[in-house]
Amino acid sequence: MAKKIGVFICYCGGNISDFVDVEKIAQEIAHEDDVVRAKTHMFVCSDAAQEEIIREIKERGLEALVIASCSPKLHLETFRRLAQRAGLNPYTYIQVNIREQCSWAHTHNREEATEKALRLVRAGVARARMARPLKPIEIKTIPAALVVGAGITGLRTAVALSDLGLTVHLVEKEKRVGGLLNHLDRLFPYGRQATELIEELRREVERRENIHLYLEAEVTKKTGSVGNFKLTIVGPEGEKEVHVGAVLVATGGNPYVPNPGEYGYGAPGILTLLDFHRLIRDCRGAKRFVFNGHPVRRVVFIYCVGFREKKGHRFCSRYCCAAGVYAGLTLKKDFPQIEQFHLYRDMRTYGSLERLYHQALEEGLVFVRFNETHRPEVLETEEGLTVRVKDELTGGKELAISCDLIVLVTGLEGKEQQKLVDVLKLPVGKDGFFNEIHPKLRPVETVIDGLFITGACQAPKNISESVASGLAAAAKSGVLLLPGKLDLEPQIARVNLQKCSWCGLCAEACPYEAIVKEEIQGKAVARVNPALCKGEGACVPVCPEEAIEVQGYEHQQIKAMIDALCKETA
Amino acid sequence: MPRGPKILVFSTNTISDAGIDLAGASHLDYPTGVVFIAVPCSSGVDPRWILYALKEACFDGVFIAADGTDCPYLTDCTKRTGEIVKKAQELLEAHQIDPRRLKMAAICSVCADAFVNHVKKFAQLLEDLAHEER
Repeated sequence: MAKKIGVFICYCGGNISDFVDVEKIAQEIAHEDDVVRAKTHMFVCSDAAQEEIIREIKERGLEALVIASCSPKLHLETFRRLAQRAGLNPYTYIQVNIREQCSWAHTHNREEATEKALRLVRAGVARARMARPLKPIEIKTIPAALVVGAGITGLRTAVALSDLGLTVHLVEKEKRVGGLLNHLDRLFPYGRQATELIEELRREVERRENIHLYLEAEVTKKTGSVGNFKLTIVGPEGEKEVHVGAVLVATGGNPYVPNPGEYGYGAPGILTLLDFHRLIRDCRGAKRFVFNGHPVRRVVFIYCVGFREKKGHRFCSRYCCAAGVYAGLTLKKDFPQIEQFHLYRDMRTYGSLERLYHQALEEGLVFVRFNETHRPEVLETEEGLTVRVKDELTGGKELAISCDLIVLVTGLEGKEQQKLVDVLKLPVGKDGFFNEIHPKLRPVETVIDGLFITGACQAPKNISESVASGLAAAAKSGVLLLPGKLDLEPQIARVNLQKCSWCGLCAEACPYEAIVKEEIQGKAVARVNPALCKGEGACVPVCPEEAIEVQGYEHQQIKAMIDALCKETA
Repeated sequence: MPRGPKILVFSTNTISDAGIDLAGASHLDYPTGVVFIAVPCSSGVDPRWILYALKEACFDGVFIAADGTDCPYLTDCTKRTGEIVKKAQELLEAHQIDPRRLKMAAICSVCADAFVNHVKKFAQLLEDLAHEER
């Protein structure tokens, strides 16, 4: 199995070399079997270093490549492409993380950090020694996508997909499109009426021949895999099967409803932000701000209701600070005589939304900061509502604000949609929202290739953030489907036909129904469907014969890595 | 070799490895005897690898940094990984190896502090076991 291996070690401009002796690693690793080249670079990812490595691979006839640098999350694909440009199979490239998992973690002990880095690189060499050239699995793709949810994100995403020339099936469980925006008033930052925006998008969707809208419909079944999914849509007109290359989930979030009694919720005059939107929309036409027939003179907004709690929703719902401030500005614009008090824990009008907060201050809205441990107390008296609060910014001075209306500024929580989760196998996080692979590096992708998540089903988001993620998912779908074919990651399960004698345990363990029984020359064995296998390896530990393994993570390869991690430096 | 116990961590490519990366990026210190093999999902860690690491190789302990409920592949990843741990501990006992030498904890993609706390406590436990066994 002798193989010419090249090892390149990165200084990372000091990020690694300040804490790890990279030259020592190059010297030591050069003595390893099969290593024919070991060299350091200031930045392996730089164009110059990449070109030099490509030249060395070609000149020295290297057959496998190890780069010890940063996390694979940053540069695995960069260096796989490098390997490919040099004529190597990209799967014979192994990345070793000696930055995040070594130099940055052990800044205090250069000697031990160097020793650890050396062991990690040796394990990389052991893995590279056994790395097989793998061929991506090429499949044909269907130029169509299915979007679940026809709120603002789903509608805009469908239009973007249609612009790309893809056929779109847009599925909405309600009777009309628009979702949450049907209940909202004006939208920040430009004051557009939410219903106008939805109507404009609805007309656009209706106008397009390549968008098929299904109302009062649900996706009830999904089979197939990336590039070729088969989905069943059930609606008033019965059942329909559609074939698509990608699925985009845009089901949105759920506006939080406080528990009865939470800041007095349930009593007359205590509303959520969503209720307030409806109220101001109705009152604007009448030009009188009244609630239950009584004119409103003073409104108190209480922020962070139901979020950033030790029990329940621990996270910050992000968009509600800006939404609360904008609701105040809208009220000020339409009914300037009404006094407003905004009681907040922290004002998180991030980015350019900070301007809203400044505008609110300039327009005379009163902001009172309260502490988590001394929350506002809502009292119902015969005279009406009173809120007692300790003002943090005046040394905890207690204020008693009598008012006609209290608006609880509530955020978005994850939607309860177990049926859809089960059908599409969506990953749900602890916070109740769907999980992407990585919030920054792969923000709309899930581990199921071709299944994207967008908008507020991922996390609380405002409309522009939701639409931006929808457009990102549409662009990703375009990249995936427009070429007409795609390469699948080949690191999937593989059966050793000599060892396998079909016991069925692997098929039972497989969550994707990717393993079936088949007869080969009279012998029953397991067969893996490469389009369905995800390579998670659930089948591996259950096999009594070690007959099934994930390529790139084979038993021998793992054991060789374990040995290499233990090797002492002579 | 490092001072202190040698710990092999099976991390997962998309979830716990990112949490461990974050520990490094945050310059959180943990013992240098901790090294990693990243696999796609903790439900695919084979108990035979654990036995090999503890019996045939140099490791004092194996730590499975599981995906937990964040697993992008499986909704029942914690349960499956738990079963692997149970099976592996039975295997270790059958080979006269203290099953406490295997530990599992769910490490999410931002669980840097949790990882460092777990691995430090585990290192301490392994040192205590070494004293007990002397």
